[in-house]
Amino acid sequence: MLQGIFANQLALGCAQAAATALLALLVMFVARQRQIHLERETVVALIRGIVQIIAVGSILVLLLRGPKWTSVLLLAAMMVAAAVTSAQRAKGIPGTFGVSLYAIAAGSGTVIALMTWAGVIDTAMTSLVPIGSMLISNAMNTNSLTLNRFRSEVESHLGLIETALALGAASKQTVAPYVQVSFQSSLIPAIDSLKSLGIVWIPGLMAGMLLSGADPVYAAIYNFVTISMMFSASGLTALISGLLIRSHAFSAAEQLTLRPQAASSQTGSRGGSK
Amino acid sequence: MSSRNAKYARKISRIAETQPEGVSIIQEQNHTAQISPVLETEHLSRIVSAKRLVDDITVPVQKGEVLAVVGPSGSGKSSFLRLLNRLDEPTSGTVYLEGTDYRQIPPQELRRRVGLITQTPYLFPGTIADNLRFGPRQQGGDLSEKTITFLLDQVGLMGRADSDVVNLSGGEAQRVSFARAIANSPTVLLMDEPTSALDEKAKEGVETLILKIVRDNALTCVIVSHDLAQAARIASRVMIIKAGRLEKIGSVTEVIHVAGNLR
Repeated sequence: MLQGIFANQLALGCAQAAATALLALLVMFVARQRQIHLERETVVALIRGIVQIIAVGSILVLLLRGPKWTSVLLLAAMMVAAAVTSAQRAKGIPGTFGVSLYAIAAGSGTVIALMTWAGVIDTAMTSLVPIGSMLISNAMNTNSLTLNRFRSEVESHLGLIETALALGAASKQTVAPYVQVSFQSSLIPAIDSLKSLGIVWIPGLMAGMLLSGADPVYAAIYNFVTISMMFSASGLTALISGLLIRSHAFSAAEQLTLRPQAASSQTGSRGGSK
Repeated sequence: MSSRNAKYARKISRIAETQPEGVSIIQEQNHTAQISPVLETEHLSRIVSAKRLVDDITVPVQKGEVLAVVGPSGSGKSSFLRLLNRLDEPTSGTVYLEGTDYRQIPPQELRRRVGLITQTPYLFPGTIADNLRFGPRQQGGDLSEKTITFLLDQVGLMGRADSDVVNLSGGEAQRVSFARAIANSPTVLLMDEPTSALDEKAKEGVETLILKIVRDNALTCVIVSHDLAQAARIASRVMIIKAGRLEKIGSVTEVIHVAGNLR
């Protein structure tokens, strides 16, 4: 319908964006009827999303004419932005930005570097930046899930964790089962994506490759390659994030500092030094 | 004193007169062992969000003594107890364990020596024996079958080593948590309302168990209770905390007026 109304591509894009945003707001309105309030976060996310993607698109146009190394800077900036976004999912745990940045950079960065070296990812900016951003984005989601689940698990098992501490257990050991659960649950989307590839969903990358005239079988295989890379980046990120966050839940004197807000006002959460 | 408080005081006096034999033995030990305290708090304070949870408490606890910490709800009893094994950090002041500032003792070692029994017994998934082995394994050791049998005999759970903890009653679970704490060979045992989640029958059994464990293991104990009558049955000395401050410390009969006013 919209394609019949708008002949100009830019106007069509704006109309399509407005239609999808409206749909998202409608979903939030339905959720609101059921006392689920995500309106503010959704509106902010929609505005941020459209502004950011237009800004990045405009920058890409300029960068595509620049030297290849600028793609590294662009990916590094994406990693920082991903860490900022992800860290907000783990409020209450000190030092989450550092953990997120290290985990996302190490997880996605290692996969990008290795695969570029192996020739799986082309060094051309038009290939490296979009594929790299997909890997960073997935690493960010996995990191958010890991941190969020870890916090929930710790908050639900305060009694057991403090009992273990009171019996002389090392702080990292007391949360080891919850790190494991966080790791496993954060990888569920990545595993499901891999399992359902081609059956439930066909990634946009494949459609783009087909439109640009690539061999359909190669396009299909390359999509598997991309999803596999996403899985590796996500797995590495979750592993690093889980290992690093363990120590951030405790003070130097092995006191549990991560507590639900209501509980922390009762017992406090400040730790001491050894 | 109001007539209600006077009645409460008379009731407590009767309780004090009927303290079990275990308590009098402990009190006698204390009179003969007034050398240096096993545990001593020095101007211990904890402030959170401008609220004084524990306010400048200095109290020595002698070897073999059972000190009850009594006070109204929200008075800072549990906050005080959590400072004693450094589960929380004091804002100021410190605790001396056998003469050493506990900040000089590695936290894992400190918590092995100062055991804690919580109000709700949190047992780890597995068998009773698995739970008993938990503490010693943190120090790189283990428990022999003979020691497990001995510990379970002490808490009245003979032959239950291989029972899964999911099948235990509240009273049995609390007994396991006692045996688990004792398995670490602590010097001091902290108890945070260990009977408050139990029914009357189980409560009576656990109180008897506390006295037996203290006597058999020559332990020094600090027990938090909201029940002054229970404190009188178990403890050799009572300290009253109100709004985080130490109001009074002494024998049950000595602190009775303050306790009456807490009602």
